[in-house]
Amino acid sequence: MNLRARRKAVNFIALSLSLGAMAFGLFWLVWILWMVVDLGIGALSLRLFTEMTPPPGGSGGLKNAIAGSILMVGLAMAMATPVAILAGIYLAEYGQRTLLGRVTRFINDILLSAPSIVIGLFVYAIYVAQVGKFSGLSGAIALALLVIPVVVRTTEDMLTLVPNTVREAAYALGAPKWKVILLITLRAARTGVVTGILLALARISGETAPLLFTALSNQFWSLDLSEPMANLPVTIFKFAMSPFQDWQQLAWAGVFILTLGVLVLNIIARVLFRQATPR
Amino acid sequence: MHAVGNPVPAPAGGKPGRSGDGSRSGAASHRGAPGPLQTAAVKGKLGDLLFFNLTRAFAVLTLLLLVGIVVSLIWSAWPSITTFGLGFLTSAEWNPPAERFGALVPMYGTVVTSLIALLIALPISFGIALFLTELSPTWLRRPLGIAIELLAGIPSIVYGIWGLLVFAPIFGEHVQPVIAQTLGQLPAIGAFFRGPAIGIGILAAGIILAIMIIPFITSVMRDVFELTPPMLKESCYGLGGTTWEVVWNVVLPYTRVGVIGGVMLGLGRALGETMAVTFVIGNASLLANFSLFMPGNSITSALANEFAEATPGLYTGALVELGLILFVITFIVLALSKVLLHTLDREKAGKT
Repeated sequence: MNLRARRKAVNFIALSLSLGAMAFGLFWLVWILWMVVDLGIGALSLRLFTEMTPPPGGSGGLKNAIAGSILMVGLAMAMATPVAILAGIYLAEYGQRTLLGRVTRFINDILLSAPSIVIGLFVYAIYVAQVGKFSGLSGAIALALLVIPVVVRTTEDMLTLVPNTVREAAYALGAPKWKVILLITLRAARTGVVTGILLALARISGETAPLLFTALSNQFWSLDLSEPMANLPVTIFKFAMSPFQDWQQLAWAGVFILTLGVLVLNIIARVLFRQATPR
Repeated sequence: MHAVGNPVPAPAGGKPGRSGDGSRSGAASHRGAPGPLQTAAVKGKLGDLLFFNLTRAFAVLTLLLLVGIVVSLIWSAWPSITTFGLGFLTSAEWNPPAERFGALVPMYGTVVTSLIALLIALPISFGIALFLTELSPTWLRRPLGIAIELLAGIPSIVYGIWGLLVFAPIFGEHVQPVIAQTLGQLPAIGAFFRGPAIGIGILAAGIILAIMIIPFITSVMRDVFELTPPMLKESCYGLGGTTWEVVWNVVLPYTRVGVIGGVMLGLGRALGETMAVTFVIGNASLLANFSLFMPGNSITSALANEFAEATPGLYTGALVELGLILFVITFIVLALSKVLLHTLDREKAGKT
């Protein structure tokens, strides 16, 4: 084989492998989603939303788990979003070059990928162990701590994308800096910031690990934040690991609801992001 | 992106500059007699001061979060740290009734599953990134890119239940026997691939982790590949290089630092992944042999399974110490990844 033929052959093999890798990646996505839809739809019924989680062998739904999840996730978002947006504003508008800004940015990026189970341990140590019992509130705090890095990051990124001429125009009219930021820059970056909030929402909706030893779970209907609270991910975990057929059925139904919600949020966030960053 | 750092000219009325703790040095420009204009300026200045300090307080809060995590973990793990000392890292015993604990088995599980994941995910991610940047028709790039990123959007508990109830049975019945027949017969590495084909175990956990980190590594690789100046690539094409030669000899060397950063990011993710591993690793806290078919335990799965039921004191302390070890390892890996990616950014900003 001459050199030319060999180079062409190598190129052909490498590019075929690349195509293969792409197919490999898509294969898992399709397989997982297919199983979730296939097994999930079969387990869907109206009872899911109207009945409590059953004891083994009994029939029931996921009403308390769904309600608990919504409550904790909502509370977490309400606690974390203002904190994270303000911190993001600092990084983008004040701390661009300062030491505090740089260190915070670095730490925030690491927290973004830090193991979520460690956040659970942290909240257990500072809250659950002190109060002496698992509670819905501690679960919401753990989830809030996971929201912060995501929203800080996107808020900063989106604010830095706002052209400086916009700021200068506002300053030229005599506006003080805080007004410029809140009424001009932040408003210009609004869609992007919302994207970040949605991504964070999608992320914590499926988080299980930090809830295992904060919110724990609850078999009964309870919206009392100082008591252990049922939630969808931990219920799925418990039911899927169990040997009971009807519990596993419920777990698949829960997985279907969860996956659908999270993927829809992801897709909405992506569409919004395209609008926020015209290139 | 970096151009945004340019300081905005400080507007009249002594607004703090865009960079720096300007609000304190705020040299207000003074004009004649007090009038409505000036009171407005004073108000604005006060607002600025308040708002600046408010945002800074929350930035500091984010920072304190890290300090808080480390301090509280050390504090909660203290009983275990003082009792076992460094021996905690080398002991393979995990015996709650006798209150004797060692981190070796879970640490082994965490490291080995993550390495398997990396071994599989690295070439695959490289292939996908290559496909998305060089090979794919333009109209297909976006949908395919989104599809791969959706893999990262699927909650890890979904990977877990799918891995336990769908993947593991098929894997144990059809794939493991084949691996045992082929790789298991090799002289040196054969020992890793023998044993009962039960599906769940360290190998299954590693494979599922690989699928989970592919989107992270791919996305970084794709981003850095796109940083390569077209001029460099075109020069190589102009000399008659094939697509593969351009990627291997131009793009990859140019973006090497970033690629390593992406790999580190994937590794950090794999080390800390909890639910998917907990479902499929099998949760055996002793290490009979080095076969990857055997069930094992990882730091995260030990925490997920045992923590809520652990008795306070030494047992809880030992589990928290596991968490602390995990946090320190992932922190180092992720920090390295961040530094590498930052280096690439700065190099490129300097060169172009």
